[in-house]
Amino acid sequence: MSFISYLIKGISLGSVYSIIALGYTMVYGIAKMLNFAHGDVIMIGGYVIFTMMSTMGINPLIAVLASIIFCTILGMTIERIAYKPLRKASSLAVLITAIGVSYLLQNIALLIFGADTKSFTSVVTLPALKLAGGRLTISSETLITIPACIMIMIALTIFIKKSKTGRGMLAVSEDKDAAVLMGVNVNKTIAITFAIGSALAAVASALMFSAYPSLTSTSGSMPGIKAFVAAVFGGIGSIPGAMIGGILLGVIEILGRAYISSQLADAIVFIILIIVLIVKPTGILGKKLKEKV
Amino acid sequence: MNKTGLNSMNKFNKSTINNIITIALIIVVYVICQILISTGVMSNLLQGLLVPICYYSILAVSLNLTVGILGELSLGHAGFMCIGAFTGAFFSKCTATILPNVFLRFTLAIIIGALSAALLGALIGVAVLRLRGDYLAIVTLAFGEIIKNVINVLYIGLDSKGFHFSMKDTVSLNLLDDGQVILKGAQGISGTPQNTSFTIAVLLLIITYLLISNLIHSRSGRAIMAIRDNRIAAESVGIDITKFKLLAFSISAAMAGVAGVLYSHNISSLTATPKNFGYNQSIMILVFVVLGGMGNIRGSIIAAAVLTLLPEYLRFMQDYRMLIYAIVLIVMMIFNWNPTCVTWRKNHPIKGIFSLLSNKTKKEA
Repeated sequence: MSFISYLIKGISLGSVYSIIALGYTMVYGIAKMLNFAHGDVIMIGGYVIFTMMSTMGINPLIAVLASIIFCTILGMTIERIAYKPLRKASSLAVLITAIGVSYLLQNIALLIFGADTKSFTSVVTLPALKLAGGRLTISSETLITIPACIMIMIALTIFIKKSKTGRGMLAVSEDKDAAVLMGVNVNKTIAITFAIGSALAAVASALMFSAYPSLTSTSGSMPGIKAFVAAVFGGIGSIPGAMIGGILLGVIEILGRAYISSQLADAIVFIILIIVLIVKPTGILGKKLKEKV
Repeated sequence: MNKTGLNSMNKFNKSTINNIITIALIIVVYVICQILISTGVMSNLLQGLLVPICYYSILAVSLNLTVGILGELSLGHAGFMCIGAFTGAFFSKCTATILPNVFLRFTLAIIIGALSAALLGALIGVAVLRLRGDYLAIVTLAFGEIIKNVINVLYIGLDSKGFHFSMKDTVSLNLLDDGQVILKGAQGISGTPQNTSFTIAVLLLIITYLLISNLIHSRSGRAIMAIRDNRIAAESVGIDITKFKLLAFSISAAMAGVAGVLYSHNISSLTATPKNFGYNQSIMILVFVVLGGMGNIRGSIIAAAVLTLLPEYLRFMQDYRMLIYAIVLIVMMIFNWNPTCVTWRKNHPIKGIFSLLSNKTKKEA
């Protein structure tokens, strides 16, 4: 029974990683940049919900919605101010700028909320589910997280395949210059990608901090890095890849923590990542690119 | 130093002049610092930063070899530093009584730190051969985190029967009465002899600089740059990609290991925390390299020195200092690389001031 409960916990954590990884993978696919500040958007989203719920006493659902709107605007603002001027610069220059943005967000949060750890109140108010005569308990956060992740995946896939904007995104990720010739507004497409990625980060923050309630100015960076790992794991740029990578990562982490060593859980995740990448250098679902001279 | 200077003046090519300028610059700064220290003008805080500036410079120069010259993005440089720091400190602590000669012991510690980091660099180099770009970046990041995690659970003790290893706690080492615990898991190594001095650190920086700079201008260096510029073309003219990639990676790692030994012999207790050996530290070193100009060794040293001093000079802003640091970083990147800013800089009357910056931009392109 304990194995099943760990497995469910792992899938739940993995679902959160997948949602964050989606933001990474979409931005990478379309803007060809690693948005290192993505993890810090999660942290900001957490603080928005925390402030609204604990300080102002607002209904959790409204707080989550407000956080989604706030993060969407934040993501678009960051893109407009910091990344858009560097659209034609080398990818490393953009990477360093993203790191600068990450420091900036962390320090703003540190100045406003202080260095002490805040205890996040769960946004889920449902009771936990007890199965098999009370031997298997599934927390209410898990009950919300897994369906939420599946719904987001389905909605995102339909959006990208069917809508005009979504197909524009595919076109930009395939070939930016050709997309311009076909009448796709590249700047608008990239802005929308950042908006969607940041909105997903806000959703992930609500789910993650409900399950793991300690909130500090740096608590977004490790999940951010793990989600980045998940995105690479599944093949960066691929949406189903982010989903598979995220869930595998969550399951490996929780099982490793439970059965091998809690201190070495992160190391185990990284070792498996390295093995997978050495065997399959572009990730599980990554496209193999042919090189031309 | 004068002797090397005069000898190379005869050849008079561009790279030797560049070397002389950089080394002269380091020596001048060193002499000024020594004068300031002896006259008591320099504050204790600033004196404490002199050695860190040296090891950060060594780290930046060595990472520049991977990122700027080989053209592969590495986010695990702090991991190599970590290995160097721990093996160096471990050696110094084991031999503290056997080898009373400080100079000999410290030299050996540096060699051991460099070798163990190089070994690990070669190991990662094997992964490097199959991966590229962001995939490689994530693997190097993962390696760095694994090293940090493993050191945090490792316990090593020494007694008359030899070494004892454990991954649980100090009790399970089963040490004899005369034994001592050297590496205490998350508590790290404490009581390392503090052998690092500003003079040694500067000397090592100069050695690193000369080594990397000579490598770049040698046949091997040109082969490495050919791989960066076009791998397939380099392969087709008969350059052994495996050999040169591994060479660049191991040398870069070895130098990071040296910086680690300097680091561990500069502080009293050494622990592997996310702050000193985590990916944030690796990213910090990468920031030095990118701001200093990729492939520009002198730029790396200047950027490392400036960015190490900057937070200290921003201290008067108290809580706002890291905020200002972040903003300065973003503004500098946009100013350096935005097309509009680049044209503005070229046409503006005060362009002389920015000539240093625009030179770097040209090298980048």
